[in-house]
Amino acid sequence: MLADKIQEVFNEPGCGINQAKTTKERKKGCSKPLKPGAAAGGCAYDGAMIALQPIADVAHLVHGPIACLGNSWDNRGTRSSGSQLYRTGFTTDLSELDIVHGGEKKLYKAIKEIVQQHNPPAVFVYQTCVPAMIGDDIEAVCKYAANKLGVPVIPVNAPGFVGSKNLGNKLAGETLLDHVIGTREPEVSTPNDVCIIGEYNLAGELWLAKPLMDEIGIRIQSCISGDGRYNEIAAAHRARVTMVVCSQALINVGRKMEERWGIPYFEGSFYGVTDMSDTLRTMATMLVQRGADPAMIDRAEAVIAREEAAVSKRLERYKPRFTGKRVLLFTGGVKSWSMVTALEEAGLTIVGSSTKKSTKEDKEKLKKRKGEEFHMWDDLKPKEMYRMLRDSEADIMLSGGRSQFISLKAKVPWLDVNQERHHAYAGYDGIVNLCEEIDKTLSNPIWRQVRLPAPWE
Amino acid sequence: MTHITRSPASTKAASTNPLKMSAPLGGALAFLGMDRCLPLFHGSQGCTAFGMVLLVRHFREAIPLQTTAMNQVSTILGGYENLEEALKTIYERNKPALIGVCTTGVTETKGEDLDGHLKTFRMRNPDLNDLNLVFVSTPDFNGGFEDGYAAVVQGIVESFAEPADQRIKGQVNILAGCHLTPGDVEEIRDIVESFGLTPIIVPDLSLSMSGRQPSDFTATSLGGTTIDQVRSMGASEVTLVLGEQMRRAAAALELKTDVPSLFFDRLTGLEASDRFIKALAEISGRPVPTKLRRQRESLVDGMLDGHFFLTRKKMVVALEPDHLFTVTSYLQDLGVDVVAAVAPQQAAVLEKVKAGTVMVGDHSDVEAMAKGCDLMIANSHGRMGSARSGVPLYRMGLPMFDRLGSGLVVSVGYRGSRDLLFALANIFLAAETDHESHHGNQSHEHGHDGCCGGSGHGDGREGGSCGCTGA
Repeated sequence: MLADKIQEVFNEPGCGINQAKTTKERKKGCSKPLKPGAAAGGCAYDGAMIALQPIADVAHLVHGPIACLGNSWDNRGTRSSGSQLYRTGFTTDLSELDIVHGGEKKLYKAIKEIVQQHNPPAVFVYQTCVPAMIGDDIEAVCKYAANKLGVPVIPVNAPGFVGSKNLGNKLAGETLLDHVIGTREPEVSTPNDVCIIGEYNLAGELWLAKPLMDEIGIRIQSCISGDGRYNEIAAAHRARVTMVVCSQALINVGRKMEERWGIPYFEGSFYGVTDMSDTLRTMATMLVQRGADPAMIDRAEAVIAREEAAVSKRLERYKPRFTGKRVLLFTGGVKSWSMVTALEEAGLTIVGSSTKKSTKEDKEKLKKRKGEEFHMWDDLKPKEMYRMLRDSEADIMLSGGRSQFISLKAKVPWLDVNQERHHAYAGYDGIVNLCEEIDKTLSNPIWRQVRLPAPWE
Repeated sequence: MTHITRSPASTKAASTNPLKMSAPLGGALAFLGMDRCLPLFHGSQGCTAFGMVLLVRHFREAIPLQTTAMNQVSTILGGYENLEEALKTIYERNKPALIGVCTTGVTETKGEDLDGHLKTFRMRNPDLNDLNLVFVSTPDFNGGFEDGYAAVVQGIVESFAEPADQRIKGQVNILAGCHLTPGDVEEIRDIVESFGLTPIIVPDLSLSMSGRQPSDFTATSLGGTTIDQVRSMGASEVTLVLGEQMRRAAAALELKTDVPSLFFDRLTGLEASDRFIKALAEISGRPVPTKLRRQRESLVDGMLDGHFFLTRKKMVVALEPDHLFTVTSYLQDLGVDVVAAVAPQQAAVLEKVKAGTVMVGDHSDVEAMAKGCDLMIANSHGRMGSARSGVPLYRMGLPMFDRLGSGLVVSVGYRGSRDLLFALANIFLAAETDHESHHGNQSHEHGHDGCCGGSGHGDGREGGSCGCTGA
């Protein structure tokens, strides 16, 4: 039952926020109840799609009326090095008649068409609100189709109205645990295999970290789900270590893989020099503990030392240009936490950060480190953001695409650090990319001009 | 013209790379052409989030759009409480001049009584009587973008337009369909005003979606038609109805106000523009301004210069119905062979569309039909099919997220028609002039030799106007 599943992910013991809660609070779930007329952000289906769509060789079929896919497909920059099937948008496009008669037959026909035309290793079927309301049993249809067509057909039961994007991420993780991970054996298995969870290869970010891992001798056995392949993820239970990247979203997958197959996991990040080095170090150490060649640690240290030296040299030239420049950072959870460090390493001053998705411990860590005058906002209203920027309380805002116009209309430089961005900011090269982008934006000559009053004013 | 076959709709169960967008999204766009408006989707928060992202990517503007944030429980028990709370919250926080409510698949499947909700809200909240509200039913599972847009325009007109005792000389109503960009609307206003007429345009996206610079941050549209303007539509001399989709709104307006309607199925093309200009001259009783006379000459000249590159070119066009009619008709005016016209959903205007095949389909159909063609015209999603098939894509329609200024492109009137002609012809002219494309590019396969060798530019060089001597 979906309701049980949702309670289960709300109870996730691996989650830092959850641990700090009372039993009663936990039952209520992760997200604050949405306020009608003042809510923002995606739904559970959106979240499930974000977490799973990067699996590149799979056909992703959305069972619902046109809004769910027609308005949303082809809008994220997750990259694949091979199959491009994930970029094709499939939907049953339910019409009024389908809703009257029920959509199950149409769904089966759609799955069959896709299998016949594209022959994917699996089809993922996404449930949405309307067929959930009329009682379409996608789990039954998927089971039937899988038997009949001889291809795994995976039901992703996260209709939009059950909750937020974050809940959808978690339900997507549960789907992988229930139907995918552990269903195949890998063709090759080595003691150096890691599974990366919660990395979506946006703008090809994973490819900035991968060469270093290759050099150290760490093999990415599977990635959930950036540049992912169905068969690799189905065999993820043979990884020796898992790394959980966006911890709040898919921590349940890491923890349950430990529970079921004894694979230890750690929470890491590819953003910023310190975090990147910690990640490589931890990964190597944990692999060695599980039987990889101990020389891996030395190789990791050598790579870290070399890269850190190189990056600090490359960042030198930004430091004088960044002195005194103030950044307003608006992005969620772990990312803002790791980015604060990363930006300060480059000489920028962070005037404040959103902590909407951060844990209590994260906030305390931040407070201890940054002092009391550092601003942390749980819920800063756009109007207030606009005022701060217009009154030049910051020189640049880094945020997601949705808030870009607050900054741009206030005529203050802005840089995209969320999922729609076109530049990769992960790893050592990524932080240099980020500084280069900030520098380009800050020093652009338009800012003076666009602030000029019109000659008749 | 090749024989016309019509397929009623694609028989596939899986729509692949959809062309269709949802009706509430079209509705939201229409509301955004109203001044200080905040559109509100009565559905789950994802309905709003997706729609907002799509419009943000297209217009590169902040898009005010809210949600009643329906969850499982409120969906089953009924969403009136959520709707009321949303309306009150929006009113308190943003003080909009208008809140425009569109339903979605969630609330329509439940079968919520929208009219009843409006009455209940008014009864329970007499203190909010000055808050303007329009409620429109736009189920996701019925029709598409254009239908939602049209329904909202009708809703706005029905809610606010009033009959008037006296006509205001020179005031004209314009009902602008969603095939017109904010740039088009701006051009239409310029043309109409150049006759000394005062237009009331519903909706007026040129005032809200054209890159306004507000002095403060507001969560409502930054400009557009005011409610007072809509109220005074009854005093206009005539209503100019732009697009088949606006017929119902026009009928509703005429029924309420007795203002006669003049219908224009398109404003792109020489004769189409002539009809519009002639009508304006008659309404205003003024001669056609010199500026427009010059522009007409310029379009004629553009047709003379440009037809070489377009004649007999094979094209596939995929756009919202009225836009599809406009563009395919204009292409045929220019001698283009429209191989297929693909619409995202059924519409009456499709009966008038002329093409080898007229069908309701998706981008995978466009890709299949484009085989062996010279150009496809579609929104930005067409780029993947274009890359796979090697047929170049000219972007029109919405969403257009990989081009700047998507909302400001003008293709109406003499000037806009000329610019569209140039943009299309330039694709072929550039290919001809590009040496590389002669040797190995697949555009060589179909019709390229013809236009290269026989373009009649008479520059005397061997092998065609581009000077390529052939390999």
